[in-house]
Amino acid sequence: MTFVNILGFAMISLLAGVWPRARGGLTLLASLLALYWMQPALSIRYLDFWLPTASIGISACVWVITFRRKENSNSAEQPPKEFFHRIDLRGNFGTVLILLGMILAVALLRYLNLAAYLTPSTPPELGPVIAGLLILSILVAGLSAVSKRRWTAPLAILVILGIFAVLKTDALAQAAASILRRTAGQSTALASAMDIRWLGFSYLAFRQLHVLRDRMTGRLPECTLREFMTYSVFFPAIASGPIDRIERFLPDLRSQTSLSAESLWNGGERIIAGIFKKFVIADTLAIVALSAASAAQIHSALWMWFVLYAYAFRIYFDFSGSIDIALGLGRWMGFALPENFNRPYLQSNLTAFWNSWHMTLAQWFRSYFFNPLTRALRSPRKAPVWIVILVGQLATMVLIGLWHGVTWNFALWGLWHGVGLFVHNRWSEWSRGRVAELESRPVLKKAYTALATFATFQFVVLGWVWFALPSLDSSGRVFLRLFGFSG
Amino acid sequence: MSETGRLIRNVLLKALLLFLAVSGLFALVHPMAALGRLSIYNELVPGRERLPYGEHPQSDYNLSLFNLDAMLASHEIAAPPAPGEFRVALIGDSSTWGYLLPPDQTMAALINRSGAEPLRVYNLGYPTLSVTKDLLMMQSALRYQPDLIVWLVTLESLPQEKQLDSPIVQNNADAVRGLIARYGLRSNAADPRLITPTFWDQTIPGQRRDLADLVRLQLYGFLWAATGVDQSFPAHYDPPQKDLDPDVSFHGRMPPTLSPDSLALDVLNAGREMAGNVPVWIVNEPIYVSTGRSSDIRYNFFYPRWAYDQYRQILDAWCRDHGVPYLDAWDAVPAEDFSNSAIHRTPQGEALLAGWLEAAILKDGNVR
Repeated sequence: MTFVNILGFAMISLLAGVWPRARGGLTLLASLLALYWMQPALSIRYLDFWLPTASIGISACVWVITFRRKENSNSAEQPPKEFFHRIDLRGNFGTVLILLGMILAVALLRYLNLAAYLTPSTPPELGPVIAGLLILSILVAGLSAVSKRRWTAPLAILVILGIFAVLKTDALAQAAASILRRTAGQSTALASAMDIRWLGFSYLAFRQLHVLRDRMTGRLPECTLREFMTYSVFFPAIASGPIDRIERFLPDLRSQTSLSAESLWNGGERIIAGIFKKFVIADTLAIVALSAASAAQIHSALWMWFVLYAYAFRIYFDFSGSIDIALGLGRWMGFALPENFNRPYLQSNLTAFWNSWHMTLAQWFRSYFFNPLTRALRSPRKAPVWIVILVGQLATMVLIGLWHGVTWNFALWGLWHGVGLFVHNRWSEWSRGRVAELESRPVLKKAYTALATFATFQFVVLGWVWFALPSLDSSGRVFLRLFGFSG
Repeated sequence: MSETGRLIRNVLLKALLLFLAVSGLFALVHPMAALGRLSIYNELVPGRERLPYGEHPQSDYNLSLFNLDAMLASHEIAAPPAPGEFRVALIGDSSTWGYLLPPDQTMAALINRSGAEPLRVYNLGYPTLSVTKDLLMMQSALRYQPDLIVWLVTLESLPQEKQLDSPIVQNNADAVRGLIARYGLRSNAADPRLITPTFWDQTIPGQRRDLADLVRLQLYGFLWAATGVDQSFPAHYDPPQKDLDPDVSFHGRMPPTLSPDSLALDVLNAGREMAGNVPVWIVNEPIYVSTGRSSDIRYNFFYPRWAYDQYRQILDAWCRDHGVPYLDAWDAVPAEDFSNSAIHRTPQGEALLAGWLEAAILKDGNVR
């Protein structure tokens, strides 16, 4: 999100806040346009138009699978009736027209020489756009016809995870880029994983997986296409989160309250704090933060610690700054988006760290991976608790690591935290009585808390060595240097 | 309007007024030079061994900026001298700065490493070819009381019409106009290439990039201290052009005569006058001599033989006439020891020239 993006979004948010009757429409329209506006320019011809369009298409498909009313609930294949909702495509025809019209309007900017103001490069000609929309419409209609089948939601989950795997795995992304380049009539020799940078796909995917999974377990509220589309690509949160839940988002969206002075003040405060964190502190620290180049060039332990600390604070201020901006913009529009950070570097243990760092991601993984996995591990043969915790935490944290990219370094970063969480879990079990004794000795308790906070912070900071660097070699070298070995 | 609404309005109005007032004051006071002298270099981190210049800041840990005070403040010459130190300032272009050379392999570093105490050589070379740019650097360097100034020049830095082409010259218009007025230089003080900032340019918003550059220069100081890197190197570069076009012209000048009037010898004279009691040596720096196609017409990409030969004679005569010690090193480095242009040297070429210059300074420099 650039400074210009933030200014534009702030104006729209204020407008939506002071004009509650138009808020729904404004938010949807701004969210759809923001997909094109924030999408980075790509070297594959027209891909920076098609990817935002695909985000809209995926959301439409998921809505059809997830929310469309069942007409015949007697089939043995159907989940119980109460899990389905009285919504059908005809009732959302206006929204369908808005979506198609908006995509066509963006494409038409090509002919008005206005594309530079909205899209990163010139959109494709109208013919391919209409063909693309026709294909999308056929796909949506087809899904609509089969949405009553049990396999549609699992299949959609697999497709989204498949796209995710391609985008996050360099070799697969490069192969996909090669195919796309060939399709676009461009040289495949230049294909690179960086060719497919899809704005906000991660967060879009988390939202789709959440509703698809909740549809399978029958926990979804009713939702129109317009509401779902707004939730899915909500512009303050599309680039960096937080990952909201639809049942929390919908009441805010449906509320007709207008912007209060208090919300204006609180929202503005968050936005200014976010801008300061992101563009002043984080961008400044970025200059000196650990990088692949500096990892190879620094020979002194002291300087290595310096750049590693700079990295740790840079990543925190950059990410939490983005979240502050999203929360502030949301507040102006009347959305109380969930908090994502709560002083994570001041937590006294690793479990508390993960309850205060990227909280919505951790909650998502807890709901959709850790809890089902541990339930599954416990149910058939009553595995020992420590095994369940070990497997659950390692698997969850490795998966969170791989979400950032399918590399050994991200996997090891996840493993680092998984092991850390397990060790903390066992430690807290073992030391529970002893720590409780400290309650009566406040000085000792404070000292213990300070030491634990420092140790937790150091553990997290060292973990960033895996996260920040591209290879095991360079990470290994940095670890050696940090502790005074030449490496 | 509610109480909170009024509070917000008042805060915004006061913030705006305060910002306008501070910004206007900033434009009137011109604090950039003073701000440039605030530096972590030589205090928290070691001074740079050469002036800040970076084409790729993120990998160079270095950047190009136009604030001469900040540039000099970040240099090791700004540190207090060691007792009895004999300070030599090397002034020149990118070949003196050490383009494509690590900081410990530049001429200055090599001489310092040779252990010829109390001799201490400071690299004040700066990329771009213009003796007026060199004069600006010399003016700043004199604040740090050198005992000897060695000014490395080449013909390409002397054409009169090129004097104001260097970006650092253009962006220090007031200082350059001052030099023109003080020393009667032939460059035109009203030349449109000299960038005259408007009032807006001097406000805080107008100076935002320069202010950011000052901060970035300090931040890159940490990485300079941590890594000792101040320049990143390309994986590959082309050697100097060996096969040349049979072109006899030099910046539009045709044989047979190179007029001394077309060269900025007045700038050299200004340097001599500016230095006062500090001796200034002029060194004609080495050039690549091609043996390829058309090498009978040209020495290299820069120079046709007729123009360069006459330049050497002109410079020699001018130095003799003005009592300036002159060293002609034009062929001191063999062709294979040039890196990517007719004036940039390899580490081997740099070592040759360093040894040659060190011997000359120790012999004739009155090193105490």
